[in-house]
Amino acid sequence: MSDYNFAYLDEQTKRMIRRAILKGLAIPGYQVPFASREMPMPYGWGTGGVQVSAAVLTPDDTFKVIDQGADDTTNAVSIRRFFEKTADVAVTEATGEASVIQTRHRIPEQDLRADQILVYQVPIPEPLRFLEPSEVETRKMHALEEYGLMHVKLYEDISQHGAIATSYAYPVKVEGRYVMDPSPIPKFDNPKLNMAGIQLFGAGREQRIYAVPPYTDVVSLDFEDYPFEASKADHACDLCGATDSYLDELIVDDSGKRMFMCSDTDYCCSRRKAGHIGAQGVPYAEDAA
Amino acid sequence: MQAKILEGGFVEAPTDSARAFRQIMTAMAQPGTINTVVGAQPPAPLSVATGVVLLTMCDPETPVFLTPKFDTDEVRAWITFHTGAPFAEANNAAFAVGAWDDLPLHDFAIGTSEYPDRSATLIVETDHLSVTGATLRGPGIKDKATLSLPDVAAFRNNALLFPLGLDFIFTCQSDLAALPRTTKVS
Ligand SMILES: [Zn+2]
Repeated sequence: MSDYNFAYLDEQTKRMIRRAILKGLAIPGYQVPFASREMPMPYGWGTGGVQVSAAVLTPDDTFKVIDQGADDTTNAVSIRRFFEKTADVAVTEATGEASVIQTRHRIPEQDLRADQILVYQVPIPEPLRFLEPSEVETRKMHALEEYGLMHVKLYEDISQHGAIATSYAYPVKVEGRYVMDPSPIPKFDNPKLNMAGIQLFGAGREQRIYAVPPYTDVVSLDFEDYPFEASKADHACDLCGATDSYLDELIVDDSGKRMFMCSDTDYCCSRRKAGHIGAQGVPYAEDAA
Repeated sequence: MQAKILEGGFVEAPTDSARAFRQIMTAMAQPGTINTVVGAQPPAPLSVATGVVLLTMCDPETPVFLTPKFDTDEVRAWITFHTGAPFAEANNAAFAVGAWDDLPLHDFAIGTSEYPDRSATLIVETDHLSVTGATLRGPGIKDKATLSLPDVAAFRNNALLFPLGLDFIFTCQSDLAALPRTTKVS
């Protein structure tokens, strides 16, 4: 009846991506090359993540998409609709109800379970790229475990700024072997990379897939005298009062009045539904638009 | 061509292979778990699970090696018809099918230091698969797991090659489990 393939991609393409995913899981943190396909959306919309989702989704899945923590951006809504139509999946905004979550720039606040899969959209998969533009050279550096330059760069940060200035896409070492870019998540999310769920990373333009199996050892690079810190704004969420979530800062009126709110909209909403109210919040009303 | 060669493939290939892949992926991501697959009816001596893995993962881009016991006209014809995968010697194989004792472990590609993914995945047919036996530790495993493995030393040696090495899928009737190169076996 349909005039498109299940989950949009043809079977041979999905098989190729699935083989890359299996090798990625077998070699955690290593970037597996794959032949990326054109998708009916621009690269900036996470075509790598979309292709990985297409290769793992089944009609039995409940799918969630978040963009910087929010389910309701144009990007998130488009991708959710795309798979609702092409893969016949159910969709949700509730982290706990999703079996597959595609994300751009965040890890959900709520801990993921062993039966959940997190698919990351990755713009630049190579953590050494800003140090070394040549792919041939970075591949050699990974092969030889030559990560000294990366430490030098982080240490230069410390001497210049008194602290490691990198706050997004903070590099990690996976299972004591490969240095990996966790995608542009805030470093606040880095400790959550050690999780029960399966993590898959897709970079469309750069044609790389990599993976972190559950309970894999993921360590943020740091120094004895400057240990890694998963920092966030020193505030509580003004809507739900949470003190343990990553916050976005918003200017809410012309006078420059500021407001902090959870970047994870499902987390914030769930807390408000449970009766938590922040400094500038109002009680949650089911019909409030 | 025998009529039954044409049979035993997926009925709804796109969704059957999607569901099968999720089981195979879960097995590889969580060593020590046993997952059940359906949808293939391959000719003997291939198990249902081996048939499902072949249908899901193989195509003209993946040379397949068969040990002599599995290398029959009927098996070859079934794999060719349903996947289009070419047959190869062990050293050129992306996937291999055989019983543990018959697989020439030292002949398969283990990848290169720059491309460790260019390594073979071995589908090992077993008579028995259960979550008792050797102790497994490593990525995908919370603390430890146990799995009936046909060997210990061979998997230890394979893990020492990391990030190079072979990855294994054990099949028994409709069940499968996996052992990536990262798993430490004792
Ligand atoms: Zn909040």
